[in-house]
Amino acid sequence: MKQDTKKLSVFVIVCLIISFTGTSCTTVKEYQKNKLNDGEMVLGNRKVEKSELNFHAYREGASGANAGKTGGGCGCN
Amino acid sequence: MKRIFLTAAGLFALLHSFSQKTQDSTGFKSRKLKIEEVNFISSYYRQDGNNAAVTGGIGSQKLTDIVNITDVKLVKYDRKLRKHSFDIEVGIDSYTSASSDQVDLKANSSASYKDNRYYPSVNWSVENETKGTGFGMGVSVSTEYDYFSLGGNVFFSKKNKNKNGEFTAKFQAYLDRLSLIAPEELRGIAGVENGGSAARNTLSGSLSWSQIINERLQLMFIADVVQQNGYLSLPFHRVYFNDASVHQEKLPGSRFKIPLGFRANYFLGDRFIIKTFYRFYTDDWGLTSHMVNIEVPVKITPFLSVSPFYRFYDQRAIKYFAPYQKHTAIDPYYTSNYDLSKFHSHFFGAGIRIVPPKGVFGLDRFNMLELRYGHYAKNTGMNSDIISLHLKFKKT
Repeated sequence: MKQDTKKLSVFVIVCLIISFTGTSCTTVKEYQKNKLNDGEMVLGNRKVEKSELNFHAYREGASGANAGKTGGGCGCN
Repeated sequence: MKRIFLTAAGLFALLHSFSQKTQDSTGFKSRKLKIEEVNFISSYYRQDGNNAAVTGGIGSQKLTDIVNITDVKLVKYDRKLRKHSFDIEVGIDSYTSASSDQVDLKANSSASYKDNRYYPSVNWSVENETKGTGFGMGVSVSTEYDYFSLGGNVFFSKKNKNKNGEFTAKFQAYLDRLSLIAPEELRGIAGVENGGSAARNTLSGSLSWSQIINERLQLMFIADVVQQNGYLSLPFHRVYFNDASVHQEKLPGSRFKIPLGFRANYFLGDRFIIKTFYRFYTDDWGLTSHMVNIEVPVKITPFLSVSPFYRFYDQRAIKYFAPYQKHTAIDPYYTSNYDLSKFHSHFFGAGIRIVPPKGVFGLDRFNMLELRYGHYAKNTGMNSDIISLHLKFKKT
């Protein structure tokens, strides 16, 4: 049962990813990027979140995929 | 008459050339190394709980940490108009820890009660804006009482033809050494690691693809692969077996991790941004986790925004975890570190960001102020609060 739920979760996630990427991408010119270039649209963590990333790495077993530490560099997990 | 006319024309031309305004500098790129921006980030973190690993999974997890980071970005252009960026960062963490104080159970206070961690780093990157390529490398050091780390990284990035997609490959390595400091009552016992130091090495590779979908939506996929080898336990962590005997934490000498991430940011209307991040993680110690983060910056004005956020995290325990006095003598590896146990957590809060066109408080180069607060709570009872401040100074 747990395996089925896990497989279903993976399938749903893959479908969501495909549906997003399958959406037709329009070429956006530089002068059309005013919203995309907004400082809060950055695809990543902001500098103010740096300490939060660190404490998450210390207090949780997982890390990585966020441009922060993937392990090492500290006595963390 | 002709001479007078020609003389007057010549004088006019001369005066005109001197009175000519300075050439329009739009598009001019300085080849001198210049400071582009300076950032100051400060944070205060406090936590509490009752599952300290130093005391075998029971005991206070009280801890406070004050973080100060200064980061300077310098930029110059070379003859081929490639942009070179240099990031110099220096960070200091000053922390106190109630559990670290219990390395020696009999002492009122020990050297490990408080400590400072220093972590400078330097990164260089070069970007060819015409070709859409980037390359960079960096080194970092981190040092504290019982842990030293030397890190290096290198990356390469390439945008696609229409500059709407970008591929990045990054490689990182950390060569660490930790001091072997066993709990005081275990020192001198055969098999207990105490004295000297041990190596812990981490190698990771990261691939990411970011894609602009339309004028309002962009996505990113990230996949990391991490291999750790060496001393992966912490020598001052206790583990109590079911017969009440106390032991030093023991974990395998290698760990292989795969974190996968997906980000999507969408600009809704003129005032709302929806930022989402999902991460799946698995490793060969049996830990799997899911993390979902959503943040919704709301632009009150073009220069003032408020960003509430919520993060949910759920993890399965590693194979080698058991609570206080649940491990047995036949276990090959054992830990009672609740950071590696089964739990879920909530992290929520809000931030405020101010970017006025004439500078914060009217100060021209004080470009931005950002303040952010978050509360974190695990279902195991551990909770924490963090408040962070970011000040950015930039030439306008």
